[in-house]
Amino acid sequence: MNKTLAIALSAGVAVSAWGLASASPAEAETLRWARAGDSLTLDPHAQNEGPTHTLAHQMYEPLLQRDMEGKIIPALATSWAPTEDPTVWRFQLREGVTFHGGEAFTADDVVFSINRAKKPTSAMKELLNSVAEVKKVDDYTVDFVTNGPNPLLPNNLTNLFMMDEGWTTENDAVEPQDIANGGENYAVRNTNGTGAYMLVSRTPDERTVLQANPNYWGKGEFPLEVTEIVYTPIQSAATRVAALLSGEVDFIQDVPVQDLGRVDQQDGLKVVTAPQNRVIFFGLNVGDDDIPSDNVEGANPFADVRVRRAMNMAINRPAIKQVVMRDQSIPAGVIMPPFVNGWTEELDTYPAHDIEAAKALMAEAGYGDGFSVTLNCPNDRYINDEAICQAVVGMMGQIGIDVALDALPKAQHFPLINKWETDFYMLGWGVPTFDSEYIFNFLVHTKTDELGSWNGARYSNPELDSKIVSLASETNLEKRNATIAEIWAQVQEDQVYLPVHHQVLNWGMQDGINFDVQPEDQPHFKFLTMN
Amino acid sequence: MSDSAREQAAQTPEIAAEPGWLKDKWARFLDSDIYYSFKRSPVTIVAFTLVVLLMLGALVGPWIAPQNPHDPAQLNLMDGFTAPFAENQFTGNFYLLGTDDQGRDLFSAILYGLRISLIVGIVSVLFAGVLGVTLGLVAGFFGGWIDTLIMRIADIQLTFPSILIAMLIYGVARGLVPVDMRDEAAIYILIVSIGLSEWVQFARTVRGATLVEREKEYVQAARLIGLGRGPIMLRHVLPNVMGPVLVIATIGLALAIIAEATLSFLGVGAPPTQPSLGTLIRIGQDFLFSGEWWIILFPSMTLLVLALSVNLLGDWLRDVLNPKLR
Amino acid sequence: MLAFIIRRVGQAVIVLFTVGLVAFAIFRFMGDPVENMLGQEATVADRAALIERLGLNDPIPIQYLRFVGGALQGEFGISYRLGRPVSELIVERLPATLELAMVSALFALAFGVMLGVYTGIRRDGFLANVIMSSSLIGVSLPTFLIGILLIWIFAVEFGWLPSFGRGETVTLFGFWESVLFTVSGLKSLILPAITLGLYQMTLIMRLVRSEMLEVLRTDYIRFARARGLRRQAIYFTHALKNTLVPVITVTGLQLGSIIAFAIITETVFQWPGVGLLFINAISFVDIPVMAAYLLLVGAVFVTINLIVDLLYFAIDPRVRFDSPGKGA
Repeated sequence: MNKTLAIALSAGVAVSAWGLASASPAEAETLRWARAGDSLTLDPHAQNEGPTHTLAHQMYEPLLQRDMEGKIIPALATSWAPTEDPTVWRFQLREGVTFHGGEAFTADDVVFSINRAKKPTSAMKELLNSVAEVKKVDDYTVDFVTNGPNPLLPNNLTNLFMMDEGWTTENDAVEPQDIANGGENYAVRNTNGTGAYMLVSRTPDERTVLQANPNYWGKGEFPLEVTEIVYTPIQSAATRVAALLSGEVDFIQDVPVQDLGRVDQQDGLKVVTAPQNRVIFFGLNVGDDDIPSDNVEGANPFADVRVRRAMNMAINRPAIKQVVMRDQSIPAGVIMPPFVNGWTEELDTYPAHDIEAAKALMAEAGYGDGFSVTLNCPNDRYINDEAICQAVVGMMGQIGIDVALDALPKAQHFPLINKWETDFYMLGWGVPTFDSEYIFNFLVHTKTDELGSWNGARYSNPELDSKIVSLASETNLEKRNATIAEIWAQVQEDQVYLPVHHQVLNWGMQDGINFDVQPEDQPHFKFLTMN
Repeated sequence: MSDSAREQAAQTPEIAAEPGWLKDKWARFLDSDIYYSFKRSPVTIVAFTLVVLLMLGALVGPWIAPQNPHDPAQLNLMDGFTAPFAENQFTGNFYLLGTDDQGRDLFSAILYGLRISLIVGIVSVLFAGVLGVTLGLVAGFFGGWIDTLIMRIADIQLTFPSILIAMLIYGVARGLVPVDMRDEAAIYILIVSIGLSEWVQFARTVRGATLVEREKEYVQAARLIGLGRGPIMLRHVLPNVMGPVLVIATIGLALAIIAEATLSFLGVGAPPTQPSLGTLIRIGQDFLFSGEWWIILFPSMTLLVLALSVNLLGDWLRDVLNPKLR
Repeated sequence: MLAFIIRRVGQAVIVLFTVGLVAFAIFRFMGDPVENMLGQEATVADRAALIERLGLNDPIPIQYLRFVGGALQGEFGISYRLGRPVSELIVERLPATLELAMVSALFALAFGVMLGVYTGIRRDGFLANVIMSSSLIGVSLPTFLIGILLIWIFAVEFGWLPSFGRGETVTLFGFWESVLFTVSGLKSLILPAITLGLYQMTLIMRLVRSEMLEVLRTDYIRFARARGLRRQAIYFTHALKNTLVPVITVTGLQLGSIIAFAIITETVFQWPGVGLLFINAISFVDIPVMAAYLLLVGAVFVTINLIVDLLYFAIDPRVRFDSPGKGA
């Protein structure tokens, strides 16, 4: 009895000592977190990639960020708005914020960070293409000057992290990490952000430990109940689930859909689910006169919209949802996640699965006897990607299209799309700006040096191209939305892509954790609460 | 395996109609030490029977399987995850061993997968064997720079783990094959990658044995009477090194089947639309925790029984053919 | 003997050059690194610029020479995936793999010899036969399946052992992160070491058994028995000693395969060694890491071969050095 008391007392002392430094957390809470992949670097501008941004978000902060529901909320900026001149956005910065090293956060740091992110070795520069200049107005005000009006500038800034100018310059890390030349800079292994957590130690692919930032500006604003985070990537899905089931970790992302039941049933564990900002679809080569991977001489069956419609009808989306995805997907009729500006329920309705009608369309197009073609599919990128492709191969077989499946790791699959070496492929698309323009720019616009880089469909419609380009500078949001609707109508009419479903995210965690699933798959642990 | 094949043929009644010389050979076989040892080892008899059964299953698979699991158009996705010995809750279809995630009948898939695993295993061992035995014979019999060259290549290859060699060969071969032929080519690529990574064992053993045989009197005598090198190697030396080769081949078969499964795990095995046993296991491991135990259990058991039986046969053969242990 | 060593080292150098060249030719087919290095927003121009900067437009022979030039100075380039010098990454990860491989080899050796001696002595005993047959199960299932089954049984169902990672580590000599001195580290080592060593254990056990069987039939053992020496003394001093040469050869040669097969074990158990680094490099087309790993494995194999040959010489003076290519 005495012993227990002594422990409780000493624990109390520890807590109060902690309490002196940081007012809010009642006791130390360690969260052991696992997901499939590790962050690639700590340099916040060197990679534009999910797991890297997710880890960076715990330590660094952008001017504004998306919360756990995907809504934009203030972070290091407290307010922002376009000025009278539509090409200038003004941001008011949060005052009294310090970096982990104690340096004050000011307008100079914003100018420095944005310029750093625009450098040639930065992976974030494409998101800042429209930004011509960032100007300091006073210590807590900056202006973003854009090339022409950009009504959606804030959407591009949610993953653009702020670094301290002094720290970065002193440590010779002004240039973002450059793999082609030397590789490393100080910021790759050290951090100095304003975020809720500070780096304690990190071994890539093994273990990263973070600790609560005692001087965080957001105290009182966010729960901040987790005081220590231990992050371990676990690649093998079976091992990851095993680690959660055996209680070795508290929270995992990327729960395989088939294991959701087991995790949910186990005492002390639960699964939280929400739609993800990512749609899965198939692309077809609609542009070429003849395609090499089919057995039709001198013609391209995919160029005929009736064939594309028939294929769209042949995809049995409810069956894929029920069996392959175990109900963890939302069948889609458009290649646009529901969060995105421009999405309507009408666009997202998909045709009924109707083999007879599909066969009739095929016959009408002159392919009543079918044809053969190769489908390229990734096998390590999307949830059950290979299984979806296999199921679709069977469904195409039912309308006479004999599909050979070539499933490859993502490193070999995606170059096929970019180099136009595949005629039928699977692709998934997330929309970080939450706006249709992003989809059009990459998937619908004719492929040029700047736009249409993921247009593996070889789709080209000059009329749509000019409408797409006009979106970038249209400040009248009503008019802009009307144009977006027009473009979607045409894309749907032409059946450029065959949508399959919207992915659903599943996070597995201990029962005691209260945490919503973030649509971009980015847990921000400052929002996490415990029962 | 030729002894066993003959024996298997003998178990059918047609043997009476066979020509006399075969009967004679058969009688001699029944009288041999090998058969005597076989008869006395129940474990070997069981292993042998299992191997024969599995091979038969693979052979006649396409005729007895209720479904062609390699034809995606025949699969009904709604049949997916049907439990064994039970009806599917949506379609009411019954599958003896259940179905996998694509609605593939597992019984059919195992028969077809067994076929692919066995073809890959047997052909790659044959390939490695023919290559290794030929090079070993040539190296041992001719000696000199040919010997040095061949054995140096073998040394270099031994410097490298076979699984890595197979992965690398697979990578290159896939790169060379046009995209639309990759599906069909996958099996051949597997055979070549596994075969090329296993030939050294054969070559070394045969070379060693040939060096010994070469000096024996009967070979010297054959030379004296003017027989050419080729006939001497084929007719006189080769039969005398067949014992160890047979042992290596048997164990190599088990190794090749396991290697195919391992390559599947690393993502370089048979394509998912034509699953081998290894691919079925790789797919099945995803469902180990989720309650669909049959998807991994039945293919793994089949693989285990096959590899174990082949290994037991190899073990027995080694003991029988090793005169020192008799 | 010196001539032998020089010849072997010369051979090793040729091997490593060949490996490097083959590896370089192969990586062309493994995918496009640039795709992974740029985000989905990258433009066609960005891709072209990066390809140019990485020197991937140069002809393969030139890229190869550049790589060899660097490798000779101990520089293997920068990892495309992690953006850090490859040599540094390998030094960081190698201890994990070496510890795992050593413990697996020791496990295989200890149990292999013990069970081998037992089954050799009790040639026709029931237990010996059971051990012999059941040991084959370990070589009749693919490694990854054994690993997953062990995780399922010992981590998920019983909760006795960790399912992933290395547990706590202790830093030795300033860089060697070791798991051998902490309880959680040792616990995390058990399952991967068994998974990795099972195959080699079976191999050694069978080898020891058949060597024992042969030795026990030789005349001098019979004489020893006739002289009334104690059985244990005969088995362990006289008989076992004579089986050592082949056992050492095989264990040595197998150490190389253990390091290679660690690729699979490390993936299953998230063991952060060079094998996991290699697998990650493959899926990211991280060419510098892949090339360095292959060279490393080649170098390890060559070294082990050399050591085994020298040991051979030390144990059995009858072996002459002019017969190349002996071994298992």
